[in-house]
Amino acid sequence: MNLVDPTAIYALWLRDVKRFLRAPSRIAGSIAMPLLFLVFLGLGFDGAAIPGLPEGVDYIQFLVPGMVGFAMLFGASFAGMSILSDRDVGFLKEILVAPISRTSIVLGRIAGGSTTALVQALLILLLSIPLGFRIASPLSLPLAVVFLVLIAITFVGFGVALASQFNDSEGFGLVVQFVIFPLFFLSGAIYPVSSLPEPVQLAAMLNPLTYGVDGLRAVLVGTSAYPIALDLGALVVSATLTVAVGTYLFERVEAV
Amino acid sequence: MVAIRVDGLTRTFGETTAVDDLSFTVADGELFGLLGPNGAGKSTLINVLVTLLRPTAGTATVDGHDVRADTAAVRNSIGVVFQEPALDEELTGAENLAFHARLYGMGRERRDARIGEVLELVGLEDERDRAVGTYSGGMKRRLEIGRGLLHDPAVLFLDEPTVGLDAQTRRDTWEYIRRLNREGVSIVLTTHYIEEAEQLCDRVAIVDDGEIAAIDTPTALTDSLGGDVVRLELGGRADSLGDRLETRTWVREYATAGNVLEVTVERGDARVADLVRLADDAGASIATVDVRRPTLETVFLSLTGATIEDGRRRASDEASALEPPNGRDGAARSVRASGEDR
Repeated sequence: MNLVDPTAIYALWLRDVKRFLRAPSRIAGSIAMPLLFLVFLGLGFDGAAIPGLPEGVDYIQFLVPGMVGFAMLFGASFAGMSILSDRDVGFLKEILVAPISRTSIVLGRIAGGSTTALVQALLILLLSIPLGFRIASPLSLPLAVVFLVLIAITFVGFGVALASQFNDSEGFGLVVQFVIFPLFFLSGAIYPVSSLPEPVQLAAMLNPLTYGVDGLRAVLVGTSAYPIALDLGALVVSATLTVAVGTYLFERVEAV
Repeated sequence: MVAIRVDGLTRTFGETTAVDDLSFTVADGELFGLLGPNGAGKSTLINVLVTLLRPTAGTATVDGHDVRADTAAVRNSIGVVFQEPALDEELTGAENLAFHARLYGMGRERRDARIGEVLELVGLEDERDRAVGTYSGGMKRRLEIGRGLLHDPAVLFLDEPTVGLDAQTRRDTWEYIRRLNREGVSIVLTTHYIEEAEQLCDRVAIVDDGEIAAIDTPTALTDSLGGDVVRLELGGRADSLGDRLETRTWVREYATAGNVLEVTVERGDARVADLVRLADDAGASIATVDVRRPTLETVFLSLTGATIEDGRRRASDEASALEPPNGRDGAARSVRASGEDR
């Protein structure tokens, strides 16, 4: 049983991609919320004086990277937590009884979840162009993908860690309300973090998504609160950390 | 060569002991059954043997590999069909098998060849590209059995393989299981269906309350009860026949109550004529004759003091075990109970 088993990781990735492509309603559902936020916040606050907004940046330019980050947060966390729905339908046993390491299972989940979340984020990006979003330079897209992948890995790992704490998908709603939404509001996705009160700003600085959204803004729009190297560094650390914790906790999950 | 060796195996969950100091072996090529009510510890035992649960105490080896120290080798040499379905319903049958093959490190050529073979074996070639969600219960079960075999395991575990299947599908599933066993796969199955254990298994372990009450071939287990019971209902009192029965060597035991006579003999069907002649000679008229052959249900009853049905109830209600049904009353009741079950 190799710690990292490429064939098994590929099998898990392939399964996630097939399931994703076969359920168009799931794709529509997953991008609907960030898209609604984008359309209504973008239109509603168009031209409004948002405190802390960088000079010469339209609100829609500011908002799109935030909504792309939001889509990543949801897509990736749910992908990580899909361990729970696999447990509900019994499929988790089929995976756990196979001669593959838990690390390979987590890596397979990350590969599949990152891919599907990435597709969702790129769809949001594409759909934001008719709303007036302009990408800063041709180099923006490949750089944005680097950030998107790091955000995806962070939150799939995070989802796996959370899922390891529950026995079924009952806890899912709780997590969305009390963990995922706060992370979203604390990330500077819809307003600059600098406009939050000091103590809340501190909490935002512990949130990996803050650096993800800021980094996306830096590469897509050309404006950011922190140096791009800091954003990148913070995401690399958070991705490493959540994957390590997720794998550690998942190792200890009993199959039945 | 031994397929499975279990020695002093125990598994507890907090205060509850689900599997209590079990020891037994399963020979290579054997079709071995674990018979007992729900909650007896069968699934826990299986889950320990397939490395999904760690034993609390004791040892177990599967195909020569220790379930605690060598989980990878155990997993490579077993196939498992769980009690609850474990399929991805959004994937097709062939895709579920391909997923499984990759997890077991099978290369493309062997994968494609085996998927074809297995689908043919379980009769699902025509459904290979349909989403599993559209399969019937029996088709899903067959696909799972096929999947359990895909990587050519030495031992196949089947946890309640026919629960929830209709009678015809159940018999078909038995046929598949027999065929696999004939091809040399050692099989361990759990069941709470008497008929399944009797019809299918080479040897049966009767499991109750985390312990093995008896372990033998179905025939040896039923023979251990001493034979068949022939029950005669007479026109008059039965006492008068007693003296005549005393002198017959083939009578193992008899009892009378009012106008009912019950005789225990080795081959009930072969002694009915003798008993009728005996009654005739004594001038007694016969209202009804009934031959009851002991089943594993009767064996279970005599060993545990409860029927499998009772045991199932006891899993949720400990109190019912305080009044074990006794003697032939219980046996008659158990026959009726298992009759309803089918």
